[in-house]
Amino acid sequence: MSAPDQDPALAHLIEQVQAARASRTPLQIVGGHTKAFYGEPPQGQLLDVRPLRGISSYEPSELVCTVRAGTPLAELEAALAEKGQCLPFEPPRFASPGNLAGGTVGGMVAAGLAGPSRAAVGGVRDYVLGATLLNGHGQVLSFGGQVMKNVAGYDVSRLLAGSMGVLGLICEVSLKVLPVAPATTTLRFELDEAQALQQLNAWGGQPLPIQASAWWSGTLVLRLSGAAAAVHSASQRLCKEAGGEVVDAAMAAGFWLGLRDHTDEFFAGAQQAVAVGATLWRLSVPQTAPPLRLSGEQLIEWGGGQRWVVTTSPAATVREAAAKVGGHATVFRGNKAGGALAPLSAPLQRIHRALKAEFDPDRIFNPGRLYADL
Amino acid sequence: MNAPLPAAAGIDPAQRAQRQAQVVAALSAVLPGHALLYRREDTVPYECDGLTAYRELPLVVALPETEEQVAAVLRTCHGLGVPVVARGAGTGLSGGAMPHALGVTMSLAKFNRILKIDALARTATVQCGVRNLAISEAAAPYGLYYAPDPSSQIACTIGGNVAENSGGVHCLKYGLTLHNLLRVRGFTAEGEPVEFGSEALDAPGLDLLAVVVGSEGMLAVTLEVTVKLCPKPQLARCIMASFDDVRKAGDAVAAVIAAGIIPAGLEMMDKPMTAAVEDFVHAGYDLDAAAILLCESDGTPEEVAEEIDRMLAVLQGCGASRVAVSENEAQRLRFWSGRKNAFPASGRISPDYMCMDSTIPRKRLADILIAIAQMEEKYALRCCNVFHAGDGNLHPLILFDANDPDQMHRAELFGADILETSVALGGTVTGEHGVGVEKLSSMCVQFSPDEREAMFAVKRAFDADGGLNPGKVIPTLHRCAEYGRMHVKKGLLPFPELERF
Repeated sequence: MSAPDQDPALAHLIEQVQAARASRTPLQIVGGHTKAFYGEPPQGQLLDVRPLRGISSYEPSELVCTVRAGTPLAELEAALAEKGQCLPFEPPRFASPGNLAGGTVGGMVAAGLAGPSRAAVGGVRDYVLGATLLNGHGQVLSFGGQVMKNVAGYDVSRLLAGSMGVLGLICEVSLKVLPVAPATTTLRFELDEAQALQQLNAWGGQPLPIQASAWWSGTLVLRLSGAAAAVHSASQRLCKEAGGEVVDAAMAAGFWLGLRDHTDEFFAGAQQAVAVGATLWRLSVPQTAPPLRLSGEQLIEWGGGQRWVVTTSPAATVREAAAKVGGHATVFRGNKAGGALAPLSAPLQRIHRALKAEFDPDRIFNPGRLYADL
Repeated sequence: MNAPLPAAAGIDPAQRAQRQAQVVAALSAVLPGHALLYRREDTVPYECDGLTAYRELPLVVALPETEEQVAAVLRTCHGLGVPVVARGAGTGLSGGAMPHALGVTMSLAKFNRILKIDALARTATVQCGVRNLAISEAAAPYGLYYAPDPSSQIACTIGGNVAENSGGVHCLKYGLTLHNLLRVRGFTAEGEPVEFGSEALDAPGLDLLAVVVGSEGMLAVTLEVTVKLCPKPQLARCIMASFDDVRKAGDAVAAVIAAGIIPAGLEMMDKPMTAAVEDFVHAGYDLDAAAILLCESDGTPEEVAEEIDRMLAVLQGCGASRVAVSENEAQRLRFWSGRKNAFPASGRISPDYMCMDSTIPRKRLADILIAIAQMEEKYALRCCNVFHAGDGNLHPLILFDANDPDQMHRAELFGADILETSVALGGTVTGEHGVGVEKLSSMCVQFSPDEREAMFAVKRAFDADGGLNPGKVIPTLHRCAEYGRMHVKKGLLPFPELERF
């Protein structure tokens, strides 16, 4: 990150933050305006991060890219693709006909959402190597760095992944990037929910190049990714073992993209149901959790670890079902009267409040966006 | 190395004795007699960890056997305002478990049970005192293993790995401790039970697990850990490549990555290190090479064959003067034997050695090697170099004789110079060994006063009274002022031109 005196965009953001502090005006941090639906409702004066745009440094041989928060995710991914690299965790871009650029890098880190490959490759936080933060004292602080291994001080940069902007404005991040795998194949199997979960966990314990999975309505779709030889032999073995078939590459690519950006048939249906009163839940549960038997449509990703449920069941029923198997449930879209996120235990709640008070004592950054009292 | 002098030097013995009696009396109410040590001869074994150059006698050593006892020790100490230093196997290399002169060292060695191996879920739930390697051993019958493998893995415990976010030789491909953990359960400084993460892949709210891991026991006390297990690769093969010039070897490291290959391990040894380890393990290393690279591929047999061919093409294209590929497991382990024994081999050629642990961008490997060679002349001390080259993590071993105070002093200056040069090259003062007390002053160079204050803020949010392992990791303003070195501003110029080159 350049120093504020050399960077008008950063200097202007600092001015806005200082003014908000002085007048105790809450600020709503925005980038691509794509995730206002997520978390608790946004409130406050808009603080637009998009002027903070561009790739600061990218060294393909270092597997590190440092990028400013307002950079469209699509722009970053295009630069990586040029060098045969990618963000392996497949963050959703939420582009739309009216907003072709989609979300920004800062929004990606703040929301901490990852796509179909999450279970195999890790989430957003696992790829954050460093970050520059503008905190509630108006200070520009850098944590972490641009190297893979770094244990100098507390890892505040990784804490920002999924923080929903409540600790401050993410100005710049350094991300670990990886080469695009040489080969990819998608397979499909006809399996019921219990069979699919059993199979996914059994395969997970074997050295197979499984990179993503999705089960919906009696069909399990599996993506294999890695060295060509490994993908080829695994594909043959799995098809034989569980009666699968290879999906046409172009069709498969479209399917995974739709799943990643929540534009596929399941999510389109979910949006329609939400419009008439249903709720789209994201349940994060242990991969081995048995079928949850909640009413409504369900799509299972992450080898069983992420279960999307569209239901009209009461929030308490859904939260209880998730908690019972050791997981938690988030209202992704729909009625958030019971809180968007599952409640925290008392000691965690105390730590959350204390962190907010330390980083943003005047509560100007995205107040209430993660939990109402933060 | 820039640790403080033992604090005990400035403490009035009568006051210490009085405080000790008070703490022993209070802890006697919650611990059985055999779990409480305070006589000098009993507490001396706890006076240091793997960083033996810095020692401090703890006021009291507590050896709780149950979680209730851990909670009671914490509550009691919190009530009395007595610092608590949690301790595992004591193998840490930066003094993270060095006792506090007026504090309780709480050994968690008795929490050494593997609670559950869930083969279907590919997880292991273990107590904090379970050794790193013991997890992989317990998982082996299921074809699974725990990926992070620090060199001390036969002795170090998972609780310590959580505290340090330990790495190992395979972390470029398989990640650090953080990337292989699901959940940490333990206690707050006040003795309240707390859980970070969950058995699912994420947990609601801020990702506190990400900051607890690597916090060197300053934010919470870890009692139980759930780790992810990976399927064991069917096959691993290793290439040993010689280079007649360190710059060529450094460039080869970058070229392998740039070719889209993520090796399972990518390690480098320089000529003095190679000579030292060859004399120790007799593995047949190329003694003429200026640098040796070990480059490993793992996976299915087809995958490994494909990757080894690609690796060989890159290494030869970068001017490797000799290459050999392991033909069997025995040969592969022989290739690794020298690298794994770099520390003991150094111990044989010098009375003492100091191991540094900075990380730099990979492409700066040759630059730092050349800079270290110049420092050898400047400080009139020898240095052997082993690197986790794949992730730019250096382990220069500075050789010296601690009986000669001047050599000890020069070794410290040499070490600090390496760390500061690493920061200036865009790196960090510690890649995997932690700050502890050893690198406190070097933190002044890497972080600004505001950044260090933000770290104190994190500490306060978890531990308002500062009772857990105080004085480690984050240097005070006063200390940095005394150290007198400038903070190297990150990012202002991405690759500053340095006078020293």
